[in-house]
Amino acid sequence: MTNNIVIVILVTSLATYLSRFLGVISAEKIKETSKMFRWFNCLAYSTLAALIARMIFFPSGSLNEVDYFIRFIVVFLSIIIFYLTGKNLVYPTIFSGILLSLFSFYL
Amino acid sequence: MIDTKYFFKGFKSIKGVGSPAIALAASFVAIGALLKNLGFTVEESIFSTFLTYALPGSLVMAESMLIGASLINIFLAVWLVNARLYPMTVALMPLLIHENQPKWKYYLSCHFIAVSSWLIMKDHYEVIEKENRIDFWIGIGTATWSVAIFATIVGYIASDFLNKDILIGLAIINPIYFTCMMLSAMKTIQITLSVTLGAIIGPIFYFLSPEWCILFGGFFAGSIAFLIGEKSDK
Repeated sequence: MTNNIVIVILVTSLATYLSRFLGVISAEKIKETSKMFRWFNCLAYSTLAALIARMIFFPSGSLNEVDYFIRFIVVFLSIIIFYLTGKNLVYPTIFSGILLSLFSFYL
Repeated sequence: MIDTKYFFKGFKSIKGVGSPAIALAASFVAIGALLKNLGFTVEESIFSTFLTYALPGSLVMAESMLIGASLINIFLAVWLVNARLYPMTVALMPLLIHENQPKWKYYLSCHFIAVSSWLIMKDHYEVIEKENRIDFWIGIGTATWSVAIFATIVGYIASDFLNKDILIGLAIINPIYFTCMMLSAMKTIQITLSVTLGAIIGPIFYFLSPEWCILFGGFFAGSIAFLIGEKSDK
């Protein structure tokens, strides 16, 4: 392993672990029935929703090369499959990958 | 030390209709291929997923390395993009903390906090007694983490066979999985509002600051959802 890459990996993991570590320290003082907990619960869900929306609307990397319209069709159809299959998570995920690959190949 | 009954119960969460394995594997296969193209060895790629285990952080690390960013800039960029792990940890750990359990379990297992494991735990914690939740959580974390490490190796080895169209297909799988998980998590007014507002306000904030949009958007959306939810409960 080259030193440079190992140091970059260590720095990345440290920066990532920091938020998790501080989260545990804060959590020790917060009761699950408290208002503070409910607020953080809302913040966690809304931050995740913002992250997912960003991944779909403004993706970085290869998804960026696919037209908005196609991306939305795939998301929409996958959600329909999710509900049609009784909230099965495996079918919509596999379907979305295959459909978008096909769109990307043929369009 | 760790109750194996609950550990394996958690570990089995990667099986069945709610399995995150496909979504996780799809993302980390792509990461494996990306790291190979960046010049990582297979050991370094494994080491990276092993120690970081957070997808956006690994992507930012890769992008930063491409532009030759300094270590301090890499640290700040990764910290910023993974700062969402802080509210996620605070919103999870109080459900797992029990006086009979040693503290090291919490400080070690917080490494497993990532979107998929977090959403699974949030979905299942109520059916496990509080004292056993941490062992159940360690099971979920070990399972999802192992899938990620294995998929990184597969992606690294298979990178020559992954063309542009396949990589695009792999890239949509994770957001679709997360979207469906979030839709099933919308069981209370507060969570429904948090998810809906976060998905709307987050992208709007993107036009103000692409770097801060997730944190700012999440903060505003979550706080509004909290206030409305508290008011409607009274």
